[in-house]
Amino acid sequence: MLWLLCGAAGIAAALVLLILLFLSAESWPALRHISIGRFLNDPSWNPGESMYKLTPMLSGTLYAAGGALLLAIPLGIASALFIAYYASPRGAGIYRHLIELLAGIPSVVYGFWGLTTLVPLINQLHPPGASLLAGILVLTLMILPTIALTAHASLLSVPPDYLRGAAALGISRWGMIRGVALPAAKTGIAAGIILAAGRAIGETMAVLMVTGNVVQHAASLFDPIRTLAANIALEMPYAMGDHRAALFVSGLTLMLLVMMLWSVAAQLGRNRDG
Amino acid sequence: MKIISAIHYMIFTAALFSGSGWSQPVNAASQKLVLTGASTIAPLAAEIGRRFESQHSGTRIDVQTGGSARGINDARNGTADIGMVSRPLKPQEQDLQAHTIAWDGVGIILHASNPVAALSRQQIADIYTGKIDNWKIVGGRDAPITVVNKAEGRSTLELFLAYFQLKNSDIRPHVIIGDNAQGIKTVAGNSNAVGYVSIGAAEYEAGHGVPIKLLPLDGIAATVANVRNGTFPLSRPLNLVTRASPEGLSREFIDFTRSKQVYDLVEAQYFVPVSIR
Repeated sequence: MLWLLCGAAGIAAALVLLILLFLSAESWPALRHISIGRFLNDPSWNPGESMYKLTPMLSGTLYAAGGALLLAIPLGIASALFIAYYASPRGAGIYRHLIELLAGIPSVVYGFWGLTTLVPLINQLHPPGASLLAGILVLTLMILPTIALTAHASLLSVPPDYLRGAAALGISRWGMIRGVALPAAKTGIAAGIILAAGRAIGETMAVLMVTGNVVQHAASLFDPIRTLAANIALEMPYAMGDHRAALFVSGLTLMLLVMMLWSVAAQLGRNRDG
Repeated sequence: MKIISAIHYMIFTAALFSGSGWSQPVNAASQKLVLTGASTIAPLAAEIGRRFESQHSGTRIDVQTGGSARGINDARNGTADIGMVSRPLKPQEQDLQAHTIAWDGVGIILHASNPVAALSRQQIADIYTGKIDNWKIVGGRDAPITVVNKAEGRSTLELFLAYFQLKNSDIRPHVIIGDNAQGIKTVAGNSNAVGYVSIGAAEYEAGHGVPIKLLPLDGIAATVANVRNGTFPLSRPLNLVTRASPEGLSREFIDFTRSKQVYDLVEAQYFVPVSIR
């Protein structure tokens, strides 16, 4: 049994390493004769004219994911608290199923909805419509269920004795939530947020359809942006040579970004435990 | 439970991604035909190849991309049996034989409610480089223009840039799209947008109630018929090239790609099949 578990864990670890290795190998032709500095300092991203600036896509990825988290974290935790402590059992069941349904909708459906409904709406507000804002809203919808469901699960796993103890002390419901339930569940909630952040950073199709994909640093919510993942999906089918390798560099950057996120999260977790 | 589904999702996307980069392992066939060249033609050639294989057992059609230049080179030095070239042959390439299998036309599209009925070549270039940014200047309503451009590497982009003699870095886009379908939806959803897509795709969608319209170019209507008869200026032939007059399997395959049996495949890719003019 032990060997089986070790084997399974080993395969998972090896897969991650293999993906890293594959990305590095495919990026190598670009990294060899395009200096790292050029990915940061070239005037623009125009692989056809040998210009490979990646930083606007890095900022686009971070803006979109960050904005979505900013919206989805309060909404998600509020939903979880509602299900766990406020809704009637019947209402909670229905609400929970609705959120599970939200989690099951494929990303391309969100993208399609965004492109045909959300983008024209934003366009009336401020053209061109395809924008950072549209990306943030679609991503919020996509990661909200992840945060809500993991937060709910960790609220459920708070030992009932804690809650009974708090009730026995005559603490109000909100006081109990703030003082007892949330602190006891925070590790699980944080894990859900990290998972959601990973999805927001890596999401491709839905984002590609609504953000406009112009390579630039966004100055406002209504500016179009391009994310690293969208860049790969958009240009990979027709790329060759250095262009193709440069796309793998953006994949590698994406991977490093996610790894950084995880290590920061791990660090936070360690500090809290210590 | 939901955590597991998220992980599944990630593994699935990872598998999709890594899988798309590798070609399938092949089993040796008695007769094999290698095609290399333009990425515009490759998907069509692969589809036609699949049908050809199913009708001629023991043959294998191997399609690789690498651009029109590679198609010319490989056909010339014999690395490939057939090269794929998405433009007419240049004068210094007359040692090769070109066999046109389809036509590709690119049309400028606007939202159907846009009152602008035609744009000159200069106006289109100025709109795409940001010199004209309001429809009022070209006789439309007072509204900012949303410029829809194609992603780097797409053949429609190359054709568009070459025709209007622009560089991609000069273009000031507001939206960048991938395929034709996305371009049509973007323009249909934004009454002040201008974009360009394959004429076949646009004509089909406009005919099915999508609110877009194709603009004429140099006074010639952007229709599949005009692409077919060669009068529409923003179009190009999709060619298969061979070193000498093709024989044997090459001959059979080229005849097959030009035959009525594959018209549905050509049209499915929004190209115009060659017909006897």
